[in-house]
Amino acid sequence: MNITAFTFKKSLVPGLLLVILVALVTLPIYGSLYNVILVTSILMYTILTVSWALFSGSTGYMSLATAAFFGVGIYASAIFLPNTGAILPLLVVVVIGGLVSSLLALGIGALTLRLRGIYFAIFTFGFVVLILELGNWWEHAVTHTRGRFVMLVDNDVIFYIMLAIFVLSMLTTYLIRRSKFGLAMRTIGENEEAAAHTGINVTMVKVTTFAISAFFMGAAGVIWATKLTYIDPYVAFNPFFSFMPVLMAIFGGMGQIYGPVIGAALFAYLQETLQTEFPYYYMLIFGFVLIAAILYLPNGVIGLIQKLWRRFTGGKRANT
Amino acid sequence: MQILEGEKVTKYFGGLAAVSEVDFHVDQGEVVGLIGPNGAGKTTLFNLISAALTPKPGIIKYKGKNITRKKPYQICRLGIARTFQTVKIFGNMPVLQNVLAGSFFGTSPGMSSADAAREASESLEFVGLSALAAVPAGGLTLANQKRLEVARALATRPELLLLDELMAGLNQTEITESMELVKKISDKGITIIMIEHVMKAIMNACDRIIVLHHGEKIAEGTPQEISTSKKVIEVYLGEQTNARN
Repeated sequence: MNITAFTFKKSLVPGLLLVILVALVTLPIYGSLYNVILVTSILMYTILTVSWALFSGSTGYMSLATAAFFGVGIYASAIFLPNTGAILPLLVVVVIGGLVSSLLALGIGALTLRLRGIYFAIFTFGFVVLILELGNWWEHAVTHTRGRFVMLVDNDVIFYIMLAIFVLSMLTTYLIRRSKFGLAMRTIGENEEAAAHTGINVTMVKVTTFAISAFFMGAAGVIWATKLTYIDPYVAFNPFFSFMPVLMAIFGGMGQIYGPVIGAALFAYLQETLQTEFPYYYMLIFGFVLIAAILYLPNGVIGLIQKLWRRFTGGKRANT
Repeated sequence: MQILEGEKVTKYFGGLAAVSEVDFHVDQGEVVGLIGPNGAGKTTLFNLISAALTPKPGIIKYKGKNITRKKPYQICRLGIARTFQTVKIFGNMPVLQNVLAGSFFGTSPGMSSADAAREASESLEFVGLSALAAVPAGGLTLANQKRLEVARALATRPELLLLDELMAGLNQTEITESMELVKKISDKGITIIMIEHVMKAIMNACDRIIVLHHGEKIAEGTPQEISTSKKVIEVYLGEQTNARN
């Protein structure tokens, strides 16, 4: 009895993941175009949230720089994939967008990761504003354009690339969390001073993780831009994308690896549906949902699910 | 052989000299006590040795090499581990993982997971926390949290261990256990510098005692010499009857 329960539980998670993956991969075959586009945008938010949580969730440094890294990817797309014809192949640009964001994160990280708590959050947010204004100035003064048009890409291609980035970001998070590097990240979140005196090169760990998380944000930006088709600095570096991952991760619950995933997926779905169903009230409804979640779900959706699951299995155990 | 050496080690906080021109040395295998009234600069000196702070001016040498400009993690990897006056554990992580961090990142990085896990279990066994390996560290009693800090420090395989008030806030039984632990660590051949206000422990465990007062070294010697030193009695120990407590 126990053994079957054990193997069942053990194979449950990989089995479930496989089912979800197959459902996603085959989506363009059975799903409508609307659904493909909807899931693409859910995946985009999930990538941002998962990579945000990879760094901020474990080290405890709240980064609001997501919009900057995402926007750099969007601009890489506008530069290398203009509507007049692609300069470089799409996949190469995806990698370039990721790498440029990573490099930026390395620089920012080396400069600012000695700041703690609120100071780090404010600095990273200031950085988004800085890069937005810099982009504005550049487009006005140097290139004399207002915005840029990005090449059209087939919706299925956008979907599959987004899916690939999502799977890679999940795998990376999973592997890092299990590794010695992940252990170091957690000790920094728990007590940075003790971590340093335990032989952990805290600066290196923080900066590296920051750069890895920025890679996925930048890569997602590249492919997202092809969906937008028109971009300007306000679209690319919209501070909204700095706050969404934070809210989504909190909504989902940050303790577990799947918390941010479920949070982002639910949240993004809710956002997209509300936006189509109630275009005028969606932000209002959204706000209420968020407030309710923060007030009544201190450990996020995941915390609620775990609580219900425990009650459910706990009840069963009491009978045997 | 001298394992640690300080020359004119000084640290100012604003206009206040927290540590002022302190010369000291520690021999390999020794247990050295660091005592003095509150605010004498004992913990600051520990922070200077472990590179949480940088002396200015002054030089600290470990095994003859200048380590003054090193970073805390480099100091740890060189073989100097420490514990903290107010415990700094990784509270939401299980006890074993706390120690595992030490064995993974200490003096022998690049250790395989299996070796690190074995090392961590040995350290826990050594301080007597094996039974609590899976418990979140934040749930331990103060005495056990202090033991955990020692286990984590030992897991880095140090040659020199800095113990900052290991016994503060513990009851008599726990103090006795801690004293045994210090003895056991010393028997392993690890050199120890300990800050302590529990005089019985200091007098019993230490080979040599250094006394700080207002950031300056005012005395140094065997427990016998220190407990009879007029100056030390005046500024710190008070009546001799108290000193025996």
